[in-house]
Amino acid sequence: MNNPDAASTADSKIERAISENHPALITYVTAGDPSLEDTKAYVEALDRGGADLIELGLPFSEPIAEGPTIQAAINRALEAGTTPDGFFELVEDLETEAPLLVMTYYNMVLQYGTGEASRVSDSRAVEPRDGPDVRPFVERAAEAGLAGIIVPDLPAEEADPLREACDDHGLDLVFIVAPTTDGERLERIMSQVTGFAYVQARLGTTGARADVSGATHESLERLADYDVPKAVGFGVSEGAHATEIVEAGADGVIVGSALIDIIASSDGTDEAVGALEAKAAELKAGALDGVGDPGGTDRDAPEPEHP
Amino acid sequence: MSTGDQTDRRDSEATFGEYGGRYVPEALMPAILELEDAYERYVLENEDGFMDEFRERMREFGGRPTPLQRADRLSERYDREIYLKREDLLHGGAHKLNNALGQVLLAKYMGKERIIAETGAGQHGTATAMAAAHLEMPCEIYMGRTDINRQRPNVYRIRMNGAEVNSVTAGSGTLKEAINETMRDWATTVETTHYVIGSVVGPHPFPKLVRDFQSVIGKEAREQVREQAGRLPDSVVACAGGGSNTMGAFHAFVPDTDVDLYAVEAGGSSLEIDEAEGLAPNSATLSTGTDGVLHGAMTKLLQQRDGQIVESHSVSAGLDYAGVGPELAHLVDTDRVTPVSVDDETALEGFHRLSRLEGIIPALESSHALGYVEEAHEDLGELVVVNVSGRGDKDLETVLEETEKRDLEAAPDVEVFTSE
Ligand SMILES: Cc1ncc(COP(=O)(O)O)c(C=O)c1O
Repeated sequence: MNNPDAASTADSKIERAISENHPALITYVTAGDPSLEDTKAYVEALDRGGADLIELGLPFSEPIAEGPTIQAAINRALEAGTTPDGFFELVEDLETEAPLLVMTYYNMVLQYGTGEASRVSDSRAVEPRDGPDVRPFVERAAEAGLAGIIVPDLPAEEADPLREACDDHGLDLVFIVAPTTDGERLERIMSQVTGFAYVQARLGTTGARADVSGATHESLERLADYDVPKAVGFGVSEGAHATEIVEAGADGVIVGSALIDIIASSDGTDEAVGALEAKAAELKAGALDGVGDPGGTDRDAPEPEHP
Repeated sequence: MSTGDQTDRRDSEATFGEYGGRYVPEALMPAILELEDAYERYVLENEDGFMDEFRERMREFGGRPTPLQRADRLSERYDREIYLKREDLLHGGAHKLNNALGQVLLAKYMGKERIIAETGAGQHGTATAMAAAHLEMPCEIYMGRTDINRQRPNVYRIRMNGAEVNSVTAGSGTLKEAINETMRDWATTVETTHYVIGSVVGPHPFPKLVRDFQSVIGKEAREQVREQAGRLPDSVVACAGGGSNTMGAFHAFVPDTDVDLYAVEAGGSSLEIDEAEGLAPNSATLSTGTDGVLHGAMTKLLQQRDGQIVESHSVSAGLDYAGVGPELAHLVDTDRVTPVSVDDETALEGFHRLSRLEGIIPALESSHALGYVEEAHEDLGELVVVNVSGRGDKDLETVLEETEKRDLEAAPDVEVFTSE
């Protein structure tokens, strides 16, 4: 079922955060890497540094859309014992100006609140559990104050149950548009997306790269007529990339692996906090440098600094 | 009543009851829709004579049909008629070639330039490498580090046929991790590459496509048993990892509701899950799993309460997987297929028994089916078809090692081989 009214919900916190801070910096870190306390410090550092929207990864053991960097972060988070409940408590603890989104895989959404693992076949005494259901997760996400959800292994074709639950709870559901997406599928995704369209800059998995893919420009061109903010991710690692992407017409840039690299290589939490804040500032400044060029929009540039 | 020939029916639904679907990253969706279109045209409608060419190549290159052999000693032992469907005699030594050749040929018809595949036991990797060599396609195989170590003969065979083997070190280094890695490769190369998935798992249309290529097993067996025994069997028994030989053997019999269908899973060392460690010392997904989404489909899974997938275990690499085909999950929920399991030890006994009594060395996967027949023959009726999904040459190292640890009734004294 398409939801033609879904796009551009007037009261979307995410859309507001992007338009008011145009061009927006969107950052990703994996919750629980290397611990939930550290994640709190890192997210607040990114917020201070200039992130306008923050994606928090809820780790899943089989992250098929991630490259080696985020895959390793997820493994660290799982080894540290990160659970969905711990994740939601972290969200409740966080004080950021930037709205928060959860990024996770569909099985995590489905299982939340069902409360039972695989069991022994002949212990029929165990009541069959309720089937998997997206609603408990969405309810909890809304209660914790999250603004939206991204599920990279949930294509628009399978998304009706989550779309409806998100609509009921006022959460945005962000979809990824890939370089291979066009025609009817592009229409379908763009009619379902709320918050922003996540423009995947190149084929493949996540991971920091040394350059901006040519596919970015083509993808943004294909999306130009749709009235939803567009943010570009997959491979972005430097301020200069952000500039190029904003020049190409994006409303935001998404950076994940480059931040995880900082976390993984820092000597302790304090060093990582400083480096993340500086990196966010570099990326935000880079994005701002891209404004005003032909491909850009004419929205006002935001205040360059966060308090 | 039925003809058992229902694979030619147009069949484009993405789900089996609540199972199946297409839960994959957006970058893969266009390729999956392209594959669905190719499946409908070439496989279901035989466009450009695709199925004719496939069947001819399966005859000439693959060695089909495989025999349905009456197992005289087993029949005597169990006091009933036991027939073995000899997929171990297929080229490559397992049923996997039915699917691998079908998909590589389909990739060729679709104009793809490169083949990738995952493998657990190495049997699907071998079959895919053979099919790719036969059809002149470059090929790369992803295989878990643990599986590389326990299935070395197949690693060599893959290389012999000109394919690359990429070692996957994540997690426990088995099939689940190999699938993750192959999906990542595919997400990067999807425009030119076809991913030959090795079982009836993954996003639609793979479960149906693989089943259709494998359904030749049951079609042949059904005809052969009628010819040789004069009637349909009382039961069909096959081992289930992902479930491709199971679905292949069962599909033609599904409408024959008097025929009982048993899917034998790997019970490993115990059916319990260790929640704290995130480990299942088994791969008995149909028997103990709960519903969820893994590798592109809604199906039954071995998972923790919060949705993390657990590491599975089986003495047999080809059964060592935390998921299972969605159609099989559906057939279990609707009571058409009975899921059962046997432990590692029973499977090893089955391995030795068939080798000694019938002169057939079965794959450790198939040995689970044979172990179940030993345990439950009294419930299987007078006429039983067992699918011997593959031959056991690949498993000799594991079998020697595991046999030495145990006191197995059916086993020869293996110490003479293992001590220097
Ligand atoms: C001989 C043999 N039988 C069975 C299997 C299990 O796979 P499936 O359940 O898809 O038939 C394998 C997998 O490698 C195998 O090699």
